[in-house]
Amino acid sequence: MAEITLDQIIQPENLVYTKSRIMTDTVLHYCPGCGHGTAHRLLAEVIEELDLQADTIGVAPVGCSVLMYNYMDVDMQEAAHGRAPALATAIKRLMPEKFVFTYQGDGDLAAIGTAETIHACNRGENITILFINNGIYGMTGGQMAPTTLPDMKASTCPYGRDVRMMGNPLKITDIVATLPGSYYVTRQSVHTPGNVRKAKKAIRKAVEYQKRNQGTCFVEIVSNCNSGWKMTPADANQWLEENMLPFYPLGDLKVPEE
Amino acid sequence: MGELRLMKGNEAVAEAAIRAGADGYFGYPITPQSEVMEYLMAEKPHERTGMVVLQAESELAAINMVYGGAACGKKVMTSSSSPGISLMQEGISYIAGAELPCLLVNVVRGGPGLGTIQPAQSDYFQAVKGGGHGDYRLITLAPASVQEMSDFVKLGFELAFKYRNPVMILSDGAIGQMMEKVELFDPVPRSKEILPWATTGKTPDRERNIITSLDLDPKRQEDFNLKLQKKYGEIEEKEVRYEKIQCDDAEYLFVAYGTSSRVVQKAVQLARSRGIKVGLFRPITLWPFPSKEIFAMTGQVKGILSVEMSAGQMVEDIRLAVKGKIKVDYYGRMGGIIPTPDEVVEMLEKKIIGG
Amino acid sequence: MTEEIIIAGFGGQGVLSMGKILCYSGVMEGKEVSWMPSYGPEMRGGTANVTVIISDERISSPILNTYDTAIILNQQSMDKFEKTVKPGGMLIYDGNGITRHPERKDITIFRVDAAEEAARMKSNKVFNMIVLGGFLKIKPLLKMENVHRGLEKSLPERYHHLIQLNEEAIKRGMEIIQEVYQPA
Repeated sequence: MAEITLDQIIQPENLVYTKSRIMTDTVLHYCPGCGHGTAHRLLAEVIEELDLQADTIGVAPVGCSVLMYNYMDVDMQEAAHGRAPALATAIKRLMPEKFVFTYQGDGDLAAIGTAETIHACNRGENITILFINNGIYGMTGGQMAPTTLPDMKASTCPYGRDVRMMGNPLKITDIVATLPGSYYVTRQSVHTPGNVRKAKKAIRKAVEYQKRNQGTCFVEIVSNCNSGWKMTPADANQWLEENMLPFYPLGDLKVPEE
Repeated sequence: MGELRLMKGNEAVAEAAIRAGADGYFGYPITPQSEVMEYLMAEKPHERTGMVVLQAESELAAINMVYGGAACGKKVMTSSSSPGISLMQEGISYIAGAELPCLLVNVVRGGPGLGTIQPAQSDYFQAVKGGGHGDYRLITLAPASVQEMSDFVKLGFELAFKYRNPVMILSDGAIGQMMEKVELFDPVPRSKEILPWATTGKTPDRERNIITSLDLDPKRQEDFNLKLQKKYGEIEEKEVRYEKIQCDDAEYLFVAYGTSSRVVQKAVQLARSRGIKVGLFRPITLWPFPSKEIFAMTGQVKGILSVEMSAGQMVEDIRLAVKGKIKVDYYGRMGGIIPTPDEVVEMLEKKIIGG
Repeated sequence: MTEEIIIAGFGGQGVLSMGKILCYSGVMEGKEVSWMPSYGPEMRGGTANVTVIISDERISSPILNTYDTAIILNQQSMDKFEKTVKPGGMLIYDGNGITRHPERKDITIFRVDAAEEAARMKSNKVFNMIVLGGFLKIKPLLKMENVHRGLEKSLPERYHHLIQLNEEAIKRGMEIIQEVYQPA
């Protein structure tokens, strides 16, 4: 049997996966195993598939994904901590024909930016919000987040979140779903290949629906933080499944009436 | 001659915004400037020019809406009064750091804290020394009439886009609330130009545009700061504005801006009726401050009295400007009290002439 | 010519709008004008006052402590502003509800019983125009044609059918104003 060379393998007919051209060649700074990279990729693929690059304006948050604009080959703005929905509100109102998204973590969206989140969704701003919930502050080094589970450990609750002292985790997606201005609200995850495929379908809907001008599309992605959680990537995904998902169950919270 | 109207200062700002071709206004109600948004909403600018007007959930949201709109290269603005402007400081710092053009209007009321709703000039430091974090500057225009409230909206947008820098109109409750005759400028259509740096969607003919104030690399961050400082230097060279009233034969000088400068004009008349040769130097740009022009007066006048509705803020810049060559003192009132012309003349006599 | 006026009374008496009509009429006459109201919580049903300046020259301070003319429409304002009239100046007041009449001996005092007249005209709304008429009779600063144009400019178009009634009220005010004291 003749030996197969690398050049013979790298042929168009053998192509099973390629990086979206909406992703730049910049190496991601995220920790190995982190869900951010996957979430970025899904959004990039949807923008590419729907041919939206020239119409897209994205807003990056403060948090681990603060440098998102280095990875996405679309026009982007960097917001102050929590204010992405305010930026996106103005962008969309001034340029209603564009596709406008924010990408925010739990601290950004559900703590410091709660007012902006609630009011943008309640006004029914025609924007798409991607919300990455990993129950912890990743960038600043593992502090308690608004979404940290009861008894879950973080650097500012080293003995676990005592809800009597530190308050309860906030299910902001559930709140968003009750607002008359939200149009499509769903909770997804990217910790298994099956969930990645589902999440991509949800993101695609959340992007496509923006054209309908019916209100805010909101996708929560329950994700991991193996560094902050102090676990291996595999353990973190298992912990996510066993602890995060019972508290933050996956599925649609609000779907358009067809 | 443009259309003549009798308007409140706040209304003049709103009408001028529509006429200047503003694309968006984002604000939150606060006394004494709420008429700005009330006027805009009543005028239906969306029908007149397509301008977007939105009442935000807070000043924090409003200033960040301004950021979002400005980053698209749009002509956007907000207005507020002192406590609201304090809340906006983070956003203003980001806007300066991202080099975005926009117009901010502060109809100042007395502080600190909730203070009072009556007029004051106690936000001078906040406006001209940088109220937020970092080394940045706001071009600060100080209107002294309802006419200037209107004119400076247009001028403010021009300067903001010329230098890609936020511009603040530092007014006060008296000018916001009072009505005077205004000659309105002719409307300018909203710009359709797509600015090369703005986030309007990455087209194949260009690289993606990123609007950010973040750079974690120290060298690049320092270079960026140096570039900002160079821009500020250019603005200091080219954009100083001021007015001199009865200064030609003056032996003494008042320096005052905004509402205080109006009171001082009356004080000048009063003093001259008593034989005191005094003039008024009115800074129109508070930053860049007319330091050279005030220094130039030191060869002519024997002393300067700064008259302010504050505990004495601008007086520090006057002292820096005159470099100790002549006596500089301050007289002011706080808490929403406006000094009277009689008090001002009395203080000139006591602190400068007799002092 | 510079005329510095304070108009003071209850909120709801039309103090601010009277000042505005006076100013707009001044604009129509080619004068410089300024209108500086009291504002804030004191607007809510309490007292209201406005400083109006009409001048041939650029107006310096829009805020004043003394006035050529005080137009006083309630007792609180009488207590506050009688003393602010410049010596030799003028005070106009409505006697309705006044318990302490003006006492100054160095100013000219006029009385215009506008509330009573408004009741006779069966329109409370024209109260302030009766007062304005009284003022314009004593200080004919502005031509009536410009007052007419001032009314047109000040009133929203949906109220333009009331201009005639307002002008009648101004004429009534001119007729009923009476001098009650003149310094020797």
